[in-house]
Amino acid sequence: MLEIKNLHVQLEEEDKQILKGVNLTVEAGKVHAIMGPNGSGKSTLSYVLSGKDGYEVTDGSATLDGEDILDMEPEERAAAGVFLAFQYPVEIPGVGNMTFLRTAVNSQRKARGEEEMSATEFLKVIRAKAKELKIDADMLKRPVNVGFSGGEKKRNEILQMAMLEPKMCILDETDSGLDVDAMKLVAEGVNALRDEGRGFLVITHYQRLLDHIKPDVVHIMADGRIIKTGGPELALEVENNGYADILAEAV
Amino acid sequence: MALPQIKQDATDARLAALDMPQGGWAQAAREDALARVKAMGLPNARDEYWKYTRPDTLVQPNAPKAALLETDEALIFGEVDRLKIVFVDGVFSAEESDDLSMAHVTIDRLADAPDIHWAKDVYGVLETRGQTPVQRPLATLNTAFATDGVLIHVTGKAPKPISLIYRHESEVSDAILHHVVKVDSGAEVTLLENGPAAARFNKCMEVEIADNGTFHHVRAQGRDHERRAATAIFTRLGEESVFKSFTLTANGVLTRNECVIELTGDNAVAHVAGACVGDGDFLHDDTVFITHDALNCESRQVFKKVLRNGATGVFQGKILVKEGAQKTDGYQISQSLLLDEDSQFLAKPELEIYADDVACSHGSTSGAIDEEGLFYLRSRGIDEGPATDLLTIAFLAEAVMEIEDETLQDEINSRVEAWLSRRRG
Ligand SMILES: Nc1ncnc2c1ncn2[C@@H]1O[C@H](COP(=O)(O)OP(=O)(O)OP(=O)(O)O)[C@@H](O)[C@H]1O
Ligand SMILES: [Mg+2]
Repeated sequence: MLEIKNLHVQLEEEDKQILKGVNLTVEAGKVHAIMGPNGSGKSTLSYVLSGKDGYEVTDGSATLDGEDILDMEPEERAAAGVFLAFQYPVEIPGVGNMTFLRTAVNSQRKARGEEEMSATEFLKVIRAKAKELKIDADMLKRPVNVGFSGGEKKRNEILQMAMLEPKMCILDETDSGLDVDAMKLVAEGVNALRDEGRGFLVITHYQRLLDHIKPDVVHIMADGRIIKTGGPELALEVENNGYADILAEAV
Repeated sequence: MALPQIKQDATDARLAALDMPQGGWAQAAREDALARVKAMGLPNARDEYWKYTRPDTLVQPNAPKAALLETDEALIFGEVDRLKIVFVDGVFSAEESDDLSMAHVTIDRLADAPDIHWAKDVYGVLETRGQTPVQRPLATLNTAFATDGVLIHVTGKAPKPISLIYRHESEVSDAILHHVVKVDSGAEVTLLENGPAAARFNKCMEVEIADNGTFHHVRAQGRDHERRAATAIFTRLGEESVFKSFTLTANGVLTRNECVIELTGDNAVAHVAGACVGDGDFLHDDTVFITHDALNCESRQVFKKVLRNGATGVFQGKILVKEGAQKTDGYQISQSLLLDEDSQFLAKPELEIYADDVACSHGSTSGAIDEEGLFYLRSRGIDEGPATDLLTIAFLAEAVMEIEDETLQDEINSRVEAWLSRRRG
């Protein structure tokens, strides 16, 4: 589904190479996890895939179902099925959460030539999904992420994912800042979306999330490259021993 | 003291182009105003108070031509149940207006009000009070030469809003309107205003609010691109009274809105807010002066401007807290959203405080669209245009929310949305 080949990325503003040849393929129906030390380029990868400004792709490619996504605008990628749950969800004062989500859902539908969701149907669906994530009605009415606690912001990301039903879900440290119960809720939200047509790329520092969302494949990223790929046991190894051995091995 | 020659000449030229309406109860106030305006002279670019906004086209003898906007968009407030009073190029139109009678309100036309009239105690009076410490000669000119307007006396709770509709039909019309509103103790009214009015519009409104009176004001200034307007509101608030005014300005090559507020009764509340969206050859100036002269009063100024393609926004806002006006709560914010680098926002926020137990704050910012927010919206599938619009409406929200009535908020928001989508083409 998602195929990243030899992806090289540098910052537009300064001559700094951040991704130095990332190769990664996420098949439909699979959950891939990426772990790796701080500053290794995990968020950068997620931003480049979702189309954030400020990065320059100097080499390599990224395709979703064979379609080059790197040439698309962020909104086109979203309509094509790319979704990023942000490591730091953005606060948007003055824009109601509900308005925001309805506009997003309907923009994507329109872009795909589908019929828009009516206000009543939208309300029904969002209420049900919000309930599952223990997001109360008040939070839906508030401006996007404004005054939300860290955990609430993360749950709001998952709510958006649930509403938009993307093909390729990229979760950047969605577990950080979550208490144990909230982590379970988020994991349940993700698991509920797991199906054969959908791929997941889950960036995390901790094994705990992976206890709940069982990954099929675990990658270790360091200094802008995937240096090791393995099964769920790789995450356990990191949890127990840190990155030192893996890094040493890779050199 | 003699005026500088340039100012003298410009003032003489303007006065020579005007005829003072004769007779009636307002005659003395008009004569007095004429003497005052002669002594002050009309503003020019050298005046400190007109540092950011050139007044020459507002002062020159004849109105610069302003093309009429051709549009099939419905006028604002169309869905609101209201009493309509229509002016065409500054002249009251009885045919197009509703019957002026309404419970708890008496409305007279300035031009034919009877000789003994309550408005005598207000007409020119609040305007005169508003001349210190800063002179506002265009308002004084208005008091002297206004040809039309309405006198509204509110004695109870008005059953529906009074809506002043200003139609613009002549490309060279030069309208001078003067309204007087008196809100009695415990009375309440909402005044709506909309429309471009004229090629050049000089409007003055005096609002006297007695103890416990409430006055709400929502206006949308006309969309004709070339129109010019200098408007002034003078209001005086009694104890526990409330004044809330909101203005939306979209288009108009030049707009100067002055608002002069005197809080003279304890526990009074005055809010004045404005949202403007300007594109290209557009200058919008909000000039506010609020005097706190009583205990425990609250004032709020919330001004937001969205500017693009070289548009200019100006804000001059002052809070003066007089000695003894303890427990004053004064808030002032003026912000601009600059959608490109050609546009500019010039702000002069001021506080002058002579009481020791007050809480006053002011802030002014100018910024571009929030790139992080924009990316976040786009990453969820919202196109750049609509995403920018959402952020723009969000930026204006703090000002629009100053309107208490949600129907009126919606009317204003849909106007802004129409402006945004029109601009995108
Ligand atoms: N806009 C930027 N300007 C300067 N440096 C940047 C920018 N974006 C990323 N970097 C640098 O690129 C490197 C990779 O950052 P990135 O955020 O992708 O790391 P990460 O793997 O997500 O780290 P963490 O685990 O701490 O979230 C870091 O050294 C970071 O400082
Ligand atoms: Mg990161």
